[in-house]
Amino acid sequence: MKRFMNLKPSKVTAFFLGLLPFIIAGIFYIVASDLRLAENPNDKLLPSMASFSEAIDRMALTPSKRTGEILFIEDTSASLHRLGLGILISAVLAMLIGIPLGFIPFVRAGFSPFVAAFSMVPPMAILPILFIVFGMGEIAKVALIVIGVTPLIVRDLQQRVSEIPAEQFIKAQTLGGSSWSIVIRVILPQIFPRLLDSVRLTLGTAWIFLISAEAISATEGLGYRIFLVRRYMSMDVILPYVAWITFLAFLFDYLLKKLTYKLFPWYSAGKENA
Amino acid sequence: MSLITIKNLWKEYGDNVVLERLNLNIEEGEFCTLVGPSGCGKTTFLKMLLGQETPTKGTFLLDGKPFPDEPSIERGIVFQRYSVFEHLSVLGNVLLSMELKESKFFGRLFGKKRKEAKEKAMQMLESVGLGDAAHKYPSELSGGMQQRLSIAQSLVIKPKILLLDEPFGALDPGIRADMHTLILDLWKRNNLTVIMVTHDLHESFYLGSRLLVFDKVRYDEQAPNAYGARITYDIPVGNEKGAILTKVDKSRKKETNNYDN
Repeated sequence: MKRFMNLKPSKVTAFFLGLLPFIIAGIFYIVASDLRLAENPNDKLLPSMASFSEAIDRMALTPSKRTGEILFIEDTSASLHRLGLGILISAVLAMLIGIPLGFIPFVRAGFSPFVAAFSMVPPMAILPILFIVFGMGEIAKVALIVIGVTPLIVRDLQQRVSEIPAEQFIKAQTLGGSSWSIVIRVILPQIFPRLLDSVRLTLGTAWIFLISAEAISATEGLGYRIFLVRRYMSMDVILPYVAWITFLAFLFDYLLKKLTYKLFPWYSAGKENA
Repeated sequence: MSLITIKNLWKEYGDNVVLERLNLNIEEGEFCTLVGPSGCGKTTFLKMLLGQETPTKGTFLLDGKPFPDEPSIERGIVFQRYSVFEHLSVLGNVLLSMELKESKFFGRLFGKKRKEAKEKAMQMLESVGLGDAAHKYPSELSGGMQQRLSIAQSLVIKPKILLLDEPFGALDPGIRADMHTLILDLWKRNNLTVIMVTHDLHESFYLGSRLLVFDKVRYDEQAPNAYGARITYDIPVGNEKGAILTKVDKSRKKETNNYDN
């Protein structure tokens, strides 16, 4: 008998093993929900599957009586709009700041301490300032994501730039490259897939800021809805919304990973060798 | 006038003297190999030639003018590792040399110029034996092929000097022999000036036209850093195709035999 640490599951086994915790959690929920509902049919904490499908029908399939729009789609598009805009601005800003920070000693000497200090400011603590400055509208929510996420990506990119072997910069100089042409031909293309990686890893953080901002001030959005229906203890709406947000987060992670490999085939190959 | 003129050259890091009183002239078309124990300053010397380090004092001239104090287009370099760009195809790597040289702002060539550069790059790749691999990425190449690419990248823009920093140190013996043939062939055909640092004594005798040995002549045990290394041997090699090395080997064997008896 081999040691347990040396035993490897086959592909099929691995798939079912991976599925198992989901099934167990599902069964656990259904049993717990049934037990509670048997005791008190008006219990709101663990709603039955029937009330879930009713809630999903109400939120996602039937237009709202008040506005004539489907709330679920409205919430999703509002949230994704904010998230996408926030991430996009953060990524562009991070490139503009991170590459010079990692590459030009004078910029690093001048700004590195400031960026390090700024990235320690807890973004949630300055949310009130954002509301005061930008008002309660869209800008404040996007700004929270930008302020929360940009420093993380900047510091990651700065690190990635300084990880490019010095040999490459010297070689490029012996080929006649200037600081600028080395940035656009050597650094930028090598940093781009790392930027996508970095964005992927900070998406989780971006969601936190998005939902927090929506919880405090919004008129639609996934986070807004969850916090709104909390007043009525509508677990039948909250739980599907949470599942949906989780699924979206998973989907973006997966798509970004695929996109990185598709756009930069050399990147994954280099990673395997490293 | 010599291509490289060095007179009474010193390199110090604080109290640590790395190189002292170097005197050397290198002519165009020479192939110098640099050997010496680790820490004897041969890599520091190569870095000064490259522009990564500057001498502390002394005369250090390229073509009669002071060496540029940063890496520049006059001097090509091939390192032991990491000297190709992993995000570009083999062809793209060689094209980049010409693009960086000729297009200062975009670092790219377009239209007719690009077409010409592409043809030139393909010729260069053929001559280093990478014609078939033009569209692969460096990560798909073996170590030896990556070094061929790095050489092609530097040679395509015709530097005055080609510097090699232990370029074949990480390769298998068989592949190393192929690379020796290649570099000798390129040297003779293009009349290059090559300066190469190596650890491999056999390589240093076999390749090139001139062997420079770096070593510390004076050594103080109380202050190991007080004296720097100098060039202790400056031997013409190469033409005899390693004959000197065989001679040295023989005489060494004789000595040990005598000793045994």
